[in-house]
Amino acid sequence: MQQVFKIPDSLKKNTEYTFCPGCGHGVAVRLLCQAIDDFNLRENAICMVGVGCTAFLYHFLDIDALECPHGRATAEGTGVKRINPDKFVFTYQGDGDYAAIGMTESMYAGIRGENLTTICVNNTNYGMTGGQMGPTTLIGQVTTTTPYGRDEKLNGYPVKIAEQVAQYKGTAFSARVSLDSVPNIIKAQAAIKKACEVQIKKLGYGFVEILSPCPTNWKMTPEQANEHIRENMMKEYPLGVFKDVTGEMK
Amino acid sequence: MKQELIKGNIAIAQSAFDAGCDSYFGYPITPQTEIGEYLSRIMPKNNRAYVCCESEIASINMCIGAAASGGHPMTSSASCAIALMQEGLSYACAQELPIVIASVMRAGPGLGNIYPSQADYNQAVKGGGNGDYHIIVLAPSNVQECINFTHKAFYLAQKYRNPVFILADGLLGQMMEPASFIEHPYEKIDNSSWVLTGAKGRSSKFIRSLSEKEAQHNEHVYKLFEKYKKIEENEVMYDENFTDDADLIVVSFGSLSRNVKAAVKEARRQGLKVGSFTPKTLYPFPTQRLRELSRRTKKFIVAEMNMGQMINDVIVATRCEDVRHIGRPAGNWLDIDEIIGEIKTTLGDVYAASI
Repeated sequence: MQQVFKIPDSLKKNTEYTFCPGCGHGVAVRLLCQAIDDFNLRENAICMVGVGCTAFLYHFLDIDALECPHGRATAEGTGVKRINPDKFVFTYQGDGDYAAIGMTESMYAGIRGENLTTICVNNTNYGMTGGQMGPTTLIGQVTTTTPYGRDEKLNGYPVKIAEQVAQYKGTAFSARVSLDSVPNIIKAQAAIKKACEVQIKKLGYGFVEILSPCPTNWKMTPEQANEHIRENMMKEYPLGVFKDVTGEMK
Repeated sequence: MKQELIKGNIAIAQSAFDAGCDSYFGYPITPQTEIGEYLSRIMPKNNRAYVCCESEIASINMCIGAAASGGHPMTSSASCAIALMQEGLSYACAQELPIVIASVMRAGPGLGNIYPSQADYNQAVKGGGNGDYHIIVLAPSNVQECINFTHKAFYLAQKYRNPVFILADGLLGQMMEPASFIEHPYEKIDNSSWVLTGAKGRSSKFIRSLSEKEAQHNEHVYKLFEKYKKIEENEVMYDENFTDDADLIVVSFGSLSRNVKAAVKEARRQGLKVGSFTPKTLYPFPTQRLRELSRRTKKFIVAEMNMGQMINDVIVATRCEDVRHIGRPAGNWLDIDEIIGEIKTTLGDVYAASI
């Protein structure tokens, strides 16, 4: 009998997963590990782990990993990559880690065209600390620090990360994908592979923003959370490939 | 050995290169910018990493990445910008990463002034990051020591898996004097057991500071402090002169110690029983030796170009009641006459008391 589905080699077996039920992180991590397996990168990869719900990633990946201070993953990845140019170096971060506290370091990974890959999980809040307003929180969204909804007069506007990353000349690939449905998960897998491929080919910075459900902090069922992504998040954060220097993905 | 006229900042930069620094990450700030400029000319040409960073926050975190993956990184900076690195330094201590940081002090607080100062003693020795940790701090007094201590910093960083400061000041950084470059005199340390290389033929490993459980965290910090104990036992360096029969010892560090030594020599010539003591490592501090000296000597002057920082460590070490401070925040170094004046005032009290 032919095996058509298995746990990626890059994922640890018999480990405890700490993500909440219905959370998108588990799917995102699996897609990333599948891409690493597909390119046969496990033994050559070093992971930069962000702070937040991503912080226990080194318990899930069977890949060498460095825990980075909040927001500094792309800077630490730069340090690793500059003296190990043939290693596969990637960062796994949330939207707050990447686009609030770490915005400067994140921007400069693209500006310098570092050969790094970043997976940025956007769930429009600080999940680990219990759902506060983050850089991508939608206008009107209720969080524990915007109890009356995000008001642009007080809190400014949501950050469109993937579009911004695409603007840097040093960026080789930037896309936004979603985990709300199977067809979109398949597209997400392709984008993650492309963000890895541009690093392997030393074309520059590879970036994928993943719209991801956070049922616990959104106070929704997993199904409602996926519906929320389709109905509300995608209006602010349209899916698509914003830059691909290989010209292969639309 | 052939001597040449070398500027302090250049001495540090070239010696870092000679010591095997394979990656430099930095951002300009007076009075240490020549270190980064100099290395930008020789690092990429020799296939070593050099990054003009977007901030000192990025600099120290790039150092962390390089150190964790087997590199010998260095950054250099000053005062208000070293302040920006404190988060990363706390992480680097917690994660036990070998990083060399050249800190060339200017005046503070805040943007302060570009005049030389020693007001970052506490910043380097006591730290501004969170938690219980220590950074090794080497304090050169002349350009030759800038060279020797830079080599030593790279060695100690690897030996103890710990960040090491070279704590110089603007005067030393900008001053030229005769000195000789040296070959790296230390053996290579094997780091293969802990560096991240990719999990080839083995299960994965990670470097982190987070502990999920209380006991795990305590165990980690106790382990760090066992290491610090070894550092305190093995790595203390100091220099002392005329201390055997001294009624008064003047303690100072860095480039100011040269004026102190000259003042003490002149005071001796005038018949005053005075000695000088110069810690060369500020952490580990030569507490034991100062305590020994304090059994005979009951008066100490601490001369430093700040409002009184190292004096606290001297008070703890000597447990003497009469520990006086002379200093000012920045600018003109205390000159020999000022130091002799303070020596005479203090000793005058001693002789008055003994009449």
